Amino acid sequence: MSDTKIKIDSLYKIFGNKPKEALEYVKQGVGKDELLEKHNHVLGLSDINIDIEDKSIQVIMGLSGSGKSTLIRHINRLIEPTAGNVLVDGSDVLQYDEATLRDFRRTRTAMVFQRFALMPHMTILKNVSLGLELQGKKDDEILNSAMKWIEKVGLNGYEDRYPQHLSGGMQQRVGLARALTNDTDILLMDEAFSALDPLIRKDMQDILLNLQAELHKTVVFITHDLDEALKIGDRIAILKDGIMDQEGLPVDILLSPKTEYVSNFVEDVNRSRVLKAKHIMEKANGSDLSKGMPVDENDFIESFIDRVVAEKPELIVVQDSDKKNIGSLTSKRLSEVLKK
Amino acid sequence: MSFFSEIPTMGRESLRDFKKGIDLNFKEFSRNYGDGIEGFFDPLLMFLVWLEKLLVNSPWPLVILVLAGLAWIGSRNWKLVAGTIVCFMLIGYFGMWKDTMSTIAIISVATLVCISIGIPLGILMSRSRKLEAGITPILDVMQTVPSFVYLIPIIMLLGIGKVPGLIAVCIYAVPPIVRLTNLGIREVDKECLEAVDSFGATSWQRLTRVQMPLALPTIFAGVNQTIMMALAMVVIASMIGVRGLGVPVLRAVSNQYLALGMLNGLAIVALAIIFDRVSQQYGKRLQKHREGRNL
Ligand SMILES: Nc1ncnc2c1ncn2[C@@H]1O[C@H](COP(=O)(O)OP(=O)(O)OP(=O)(O)O)[C@@H](O)[C@H]1O
Ligand SMILES: [Mg+2]
Repeated sequence: MSDTKIKIDSLYKIFGNKPKEALEYVKQGVGKDELLEKHNHVLGLSDINIDIEDKSIQVIMGLSGSGKSTLIRHINRLIEPTAGNVLVDGSDVLQYDEATLRDFRRTRTAMVFQRFALMPHMTILKNVSLGLELQGKKDDEILNSAMKWIEKVGLNGYEDRYPQHLSGGMQQRVGLARALTNDTDILLMDEAFSALDPLIRKDMQDILLNLQAELHKTVVFITHDLDEALKIGDRIAILKDGIMDQEGLPVDILLSPKTEYVSNFVEDVNRSRVLKAKHIMEKANGSDLSKGMPVDENDFIESFIDRVVAEKPELIVVQDSDKKNIGSLTSKRLSEVLKK
Repeated sequence: MSFFSEIPTMGRESLRDFKKGIDLNFKEFSRNYGDGIEGFFDPLLMFLVWLEKLLVNSPWPLVILVLAGLAWIGSRNWKLVAGTIVCFMLIGYFGMWKDTMSTIAIISVATLVCISIGIPLGILMSRSRKLEAGITPILDVMQTVPSFVYLIPIIMLLGIGKVPGLIAVCIYAVPPIVRLTNLGIREVDKECLEAVDSFGATSWQRLTRVQMPLALPTIFAGVNQTIMMALAMVVIASMIGVRGLGVPVLRAVSNQYLALGMLNGLAIVALAIIFDRVSQQYGKRLQKHREGRNL
């Protein structure tokens, strides 16, 4: 396990006039509905604990109103918590004074928004330059970085257009370029792709994964779509009514959901399409793996299931990109996983 | 029984003393501070006099050329420019040139004063609920109190002349720009603000880079209204010594000169229409730029 980049520690957020008072009720176990009915406060988040690994993509998932946006906004302190701590690289974000917080937002975090939140009065170039301009960087430096990222997200030629002229997918690429131009180590994405059509959405997911393979940022990615979560996330946290129901590897969430809410979420998923060989393999432990049917660790089950049915191999050998054998799979295990 | 037929009053004696007390106190105040306050407005007076002289003394073709040029810059519309030229030629033809120039001078200065007070005030208002709640009723009062009522203390304080006239015009004309600046800033998309905050903007950067530009069309609608209201005040302002188109209108009223009143009235209307159309077109262009024209 590598280092923790962002540590969220017993975080509570209650919306209302007297959140501190309401906090006591919540700590005594009062739920979201009761808190609203009896005490007229909205429970945003209750006792959230997550350690977000450095250079990983942490997905936060949940239905509408479950507190996802509230949670991600605590990381750059767009929202102040009612109780709890947010630590980034071990330093407490909540202790920052105004200037330190501003500096932290400028250089450490960048955010991509669900409805893009581009500036309608600025050209694409100006939008992408925004972060660096606020920092007062030199003009040519700003222009260079902005053009680089505009190109990377495939929008060259559109620099002088205004956001209104672009389709949703293009606008969100501007949003992504705007965030990446700041060159921060943390990227916060609040349902960044939810407003897009399925095809464009898939495009954007691929763009993100390709960029991540190159940039290795710590990404906090919010979605209410399980397929997206499974595709993108290194780990997934599931929120319900402000409470974290489960947090773990995608495969664990899929194969052993802890609560009914989570199992409802995962029951309709086509597992052969979202699980990769590496998710369900048994790690190599010295036994002989030379005789099995080889598959790549990143192959989805779907892509080799037909071969398994046809060839009926005794063992399926999972290899990494260097063709090194890293694990194995029996057809029994395979059918178990798919049947569940 | 008499309780129901007659409303309780404070009594004639005490009412008279009450009013007298206020009057005396205010007179005392104006005797002590009137000159100082007048001195405070001196630079404004000098500017107004300079502008008026400039407009009146410059050769008329030059003035029309400049006005037509401004109309073009504002509206980019040939019809409006042609209309402007024709209107001013007619105004001159019917002998109202000087008065019209005086009116333009005071309207311009009043508008500048209103902008430089109104926009900052509107910005402050947009930043605090309390301030908004405090200022809004004052603006309501300024717009509804009959202007004659606040003319009285102004005259007592500053006498008759250009400065009190200017102040009266400004009191009447400033509310819309304050209101619309406040409204425009409050209406700015919350998500844009959140975005600019998330990139670490200072509150000044947030104001100048996002709030003001996005509020500009609304603020401009306020400027437009302010100009219109200032024009509507010219007749009343001329009662306390402001030169311009209001003076002949007043003369026409007291002497029953129908034609004189009509002509000068029409000149005011013509100015209003020109100012309104040009500034509206300009406002629209601001908005268009926002949507981008270069598709
Ligand atoms: N400023 C606020 N005042 C009061 N309640 C709020 C506020 N912001 C959020 N809430 C409440 O907190 C809860 C969580 O909201 P949040 O926006 O975090 O949900 P979400 O998971 O992001 O939902 P969505 O998928 O719709 O974006 C909701 O019940 C919402 O009504
Ligand atoms: Mg949300």
